[in-house]
Amino acid sequence: MFSIEPSRRSANGAGEEAGSKMSEIVLQQAASPSATADRSRALGRMALVDGIFREVTRAAAVIVLVILSGVILSLVHGSWPAMKAFGFGFLVSQSWNPVTENFGALPAIYGTIMTSLIAMLIAVPVGLGIAIFLTELCPYVFRRPIGTAIELLAGIPSIIYGIWGLFVLAPFLQTHVQPALIEAFGDIPVFSMLFAGPPYGIGMLTAGFILAIMVLPFIASISRDVFETVPPVLKEAATGVGCTTWEVTRYVVMPYTRVGVIGGVMLGLGRALGETMAVTFVIGNAHKISGSLLAPGTTISATIANEFTEAVGDLYTSALIELGLILFFITFIVLAIARYMLMRIEQKLA
Amino acid sequence: MSLYAYRRSANSIATTLCWAAAIFGLAWLFLILLALVYEGVRGLSPAVFAEMTPPPGSAGGLLNAIAGSLVMTVIGVAIGTPLGMLAGTYMAEYGRYSKLTTVVRFINDILLSAPSIVVGLFVYTILVHPMGHFSAISGAVALALLVVPVVVRTTEDMLLLVPGSIREAASALGAPRSHVVGKVAYRAAKAGLITGVLLAVARVSGETAPLLFTALNNQFWSTDLAAPMASLPVVIFQFALSPYKDWQQLAWTGALLITIAVLALSIAARTLSAGRRKSK
Repeated sequence: MFSIEPSRRSANGAGEEAGSKMSEIVLQQAASPSATADRSRALGRMALVDGIFREVTRAAAVIVLVILSGVILSLVHGSWPAMKAFGFGFLVSQSWNPVTENFGALPAIYGTIMTSLIAMLIAVPVGLGIAIFLTELCPYVFRRPIGTAIELLAGIPSIIYGIWGLFVLAPFLQTHVQPALIEAFGDIPVFSMLFAGPPYGIGMLTAGFILAIMVLPFIASISRDVFETVPPVLKEAATGVGCTTWEVTRYVVMPYTRVGVIGGVMLGLGRALGETMAVTFVIGNAHKISGSLLAPGTTISATIANEFTEAVGDLYTSALIELGLILFFITFIVLAIARYMLMRIEQKLA
Repeated sequence: MSLYAYRRSANSIATTLCWAAAIFGLAWLFLILLALVYEGVRGLSPAVFAEMTPPPGSAGGLLNAIAGSLVMTVIGVAIGTPLGMLAGTYMAEYGRYSKLTTVVRFINDILLSAPSIVVGLFVYTILVHPMGHFSAISGAVALALLVVPVVVRTTEDMLLLVPGSIREAASALGAPRSHVVGKVAYRAAKAGLITGVLLAVARVSGETAPLLFTALNNQFWSTDLAAPMASLPVVIFQFALSPYKDWQQLAWTGALLITIAVLALSIAARTLSAGRRKSK
């Protein structure tokens, strides 16, 4: 392995040494003083360009750090008026009244977490199923095309999912699925609460479902990549002692890749929590906490997207920025855990 | 039931469920594309590319939105790419084992999937608020901030793939470090670096959230970078949520255009990096 830090100096040193030897040879051949001066000037210029280039790249790397701290600082600065006005009550208050300038984040936080939870309940089993299908069951001819298709779908912008959710999924759920849910669970104690109220079409359940479809490609493709890191020898050995395909997956592949799969799921969760456009279309933007999953609600990102440009007054704007800060804080923690877990599986590989 | 029969049935149940999951998941994704093509193609006409976004009730196209998206994407990529490439170069070439690199890599990975609406808020507080009005340039800066992490990541990964022996050979010939990086490592990783930029373009060309309160929107043709500018995603957002049928139709068509652009870019990026993998 070519290690840069230690050998950079030695490589540079070697270069300079070679350079000076070469200049000696040149000196013997044409011992004119002007040639030596030219040569040393050229070498000096090279060293200068070298140093500048190195420092410029380092500055660029530092700027990446500055961007992140800039994001945090500017959000804290922007939300300062709201923090002063509402204090910690902002996190637990349910009111959202632009007229009396009384704001609370709880409905938005609740909506963000609930929709992401619904999304994960659907996307994790299905995503893992797709990953197992692609690594263990799928005929070889189809593995690459299906895998590629899923990766391409992961890149489709979220607004596409949003517009589809609004015009296709929501009406479909309203006329077919939600009445059936209300009918089926109407008499069962806990579920009747979850599926109460009229079928609006838009609401928490729809938003969660759209999110599930959106993060599905992420979870599926990361899990597939992680599953593929299992050494074939392990799987062959398990199959050799008579394990079924499922037992190989359950007792060999899963334990080996647990950390990576959790990392991938957390990455999907990070996406779901911060997702804006797909949710904004179908959430209904209602600032209240409702026990029913069919009722409209709101999420942090949907609130900001819907109201920011129309927010009048510094306190209103500031409250929205504080919502952004809370969102950033939540996703930062989730993503940091995800990266840590994925880093651990990379280390295992190396 | 014997243990053997139990294991066999457990196996067939589990594998059936995996098949079902795959069909279920792929079916939804397929349905979305189908609806998109079906609804989008109906509105596709030369007018879409030749006329401005209309007021409700009259005919029109998406020309100013398409142009605005192109302008802001180009500026955003022009700002973000050099920054990202230089940072990636530092991480792979100069400070491969330094603390700074480890920290930057971690932070960059987080920025890579951080909610884009937060980036919009950030640009609003540092650019839009001090300037006092929405502007295309702040939209472009917001997009640039989304380009940076993608380019940093791919640049570092691709430069790490360049074999050390090539660099050593160049250094042994007396090439200064900047030449080794610029004329040897960059060239060896060229396809990969272009892939990174293409992926970044694909990522930002569909971004809506960071543009909502930086570039805002504009009903008319505008090339003024200091004024609000229309963009395809924001127009889709506005038109789709409107009650007017012709606006909704334009939103579908716009969505189809974005999807085609993004898929084309990702496929181009894949072909490039696949060619590279083979030649290695």
